Amino acid sequence: MRQLAIISGKGGCGKTTLTAAFSSLSENTVLADCDVDASDLPLILKPQVLKTEDCLGLELASIDLKLCTGCGICRETCRFGAVLENFTINPYSCEGCAVCTVACPENAVSLMPRVSGQVISSITRFGPMAHAKLGTGEEASGKLVTMVRKRAVELADRYSCKLILIDGPPGTGCPVMAAITGTDLVLVLSEPTVSGLHDLKRAVELTSHFRIPTVACINRYDINEKKSLEIEAFCREAGISLLARLPYADITTEAMMEEKTVIEYAAHSRDTGAVEFANIVRNLWAEIEMRLSDSSKKEMYSKTLLDRKP
Amino acid sequence: MKIAIASGKGGTGKTTVAVNLALALEDVQLFDCDVEEPNCNLFLGFELEPVEEVTCLFPEINTDKCTLCGNCADFCRYNALAALPKKILLFPSLCHGCGGCSFVCPAGAVEEKSRSIGIIEKASSDASLKFFQGVLNIGEAMATLVIRSLLRHIDESKPAIIDSPPGTACPVLAVLGFADYCVLVTESTPFGFHDFLLALEAAKALKVPVGVVLNRDGLGDSRVEDFCRAEGIPILLRIPNDRMIARLYSEGIPFVKEMPEWKEKFEDMFETIKFETIKALAFKSTGVQ
Repeated sequence: MRQLAIISGKGGCGKTTLTAAFSSLSENTVLADCDVDASDLPLILKPQVLKTEDCLGLELASIDLKLCTGCGICRETCRFGAVLENFTINPYSCEGCAVCTVACPENAVSLMPRVSGQVISSITRFGPMAHAKLGTGEEASGKLVTMVRKRAVELADRYSCKLILIDGPPGTGCPVMAAITGTDLVLVLSEPTVSGLHDLKRAVELTSHFRIPTVACINRYDINEKKSLEIEAFCREAGISLLARLPYADITTEAMMEEKTVIEYAAHSRDTGAVEFANIVRNLWAEIEMRLSDSSKKEMYSKTLLDRKP
Repeated sequence: MKIAIASGKGGTGKTTVAVNLALALEDVQLFDCDVEEPNCNLFLGFELEPVEEVTCLFPEINTDKCTLCGNCADFCRYNALAALPKKILLFPSLCHGCGGCSFVCPAGAVEEKSRSIGIIEKASSDASLKFFQGVLNIGEAMATLVIRSLLRHIDESKPAIIDSPPGTACPVLAVLGFADYCVLVTESTPFGFHDFLLALEAAKALKVPVGVVLNRDGLGDSRVEDFCRAEGIPILLRIPNDRMIARLYSEGIPFVKEMPEWKEKFEDMFETIKFETIKALAFKSTGVQ
């Protein structure tokens, strides 16, 4: 079984649009929506839920006010400032470290389980899908991402799927690390803007840190062709293959409004721009499939950028 | 007054709104709290100087004193310590620095050291704007720690504009919990609306008053607007889906600089925010709307 993750240094680059498009091109695939903060893939793929399971995050401290003498030792020892003046716990600050439970001389503090979100398995018109909903303000999104990926592997086993397609979270933090570790290939999406290039560099630093073969794609390249050339130059220097340049096109929004993938939308569109856009995505997918079937290729490993200042 | 600029997801224009608003006003401060991807200065181009290194404590085991009892590894909720037969192994990037291991070690073998997880920088004093940003080191997970350190630099006597991280998880809440007002930037598409509702839920959970900036106005439909009207959420500003604005953005040029007519619109937006904040504070203290 192969795993492909689609990430971008930041949000709004078109990860979900592209993942959805790939889902309608690939066969025998499980989808994993790992953008658990703002899970948007279901808006296009309309999953039918098979099973929902609570994900337990870090526990939450709770003070028994009947036992509490107000000595304040818990507040002094808590490094996260989670114990409030009235000896209740601020759930958004508590990291469940349990120090207060051992610090309290009265044994008044205990840890309670806390649900940080739900992991969901579903069926879509393009195959099985694992996704999640993170509870508001919950931190353990890296853990939830890991659970989604585990669920995706189970689904792939059950339905004999050959590929897991991962719609990654934005950023370069903990959830992204959880989404890319152990994958066979990462596709980094970029945009020709100053922030686009900056975020691409950070994303590539991360994939080279984990030594994951990395390829790139520029979305809306014609917004600023000069910046696109800068991105191309960066990819060359970093040893990353740039597989496609997608133009700025209304089709992405139009397809989204109709809850279709761009491939589905273009199939019934007379707009040449839409058809052309879908064809570039098709070619991109063909390139990716080829690399996935031969991911031993050394050239795809990006050079280590860690010791170089971005 | 502290104004957080947030959105359910990235790419909706938080940084655009934060930077342009800050440049349109006089005597304000701007804080870039998107510590995983601080982008504001790409549009400001200030010389930055380090002001503070953000550190996190981590344990170091004194092998002479350690009896290999394994209490520390058993206690650690983050799996940052593993007890092997002959040594205790530490995974620094998993450690939250809670200090629990040193607390439970019966032999006093745990010493806490600090390591850098990020940095706070500010624009040099001759810059036109008081600007601070936090940068989380790549591969580190403790974004909230950097955000908290950054917010400590706010000068309470002046309005502060805070560019928030994306999402609805812990780092955003760290910012929203601190803010007097939250500006949600969104676009009126299915993705935009969905993510907007998530962000709104987060702001409501923290009881922060909310207003909306509609970005790429003209794209999609009227679902966000209809919702806001029904819920009584003010639409503070509409930024049209304009190629000129997209072009300036891609070059890293804040559009108030090239399109001066926008300065007034951002000033008006600020007036509305002030009014809404005062109203919300009055409601909080008197209970009368």
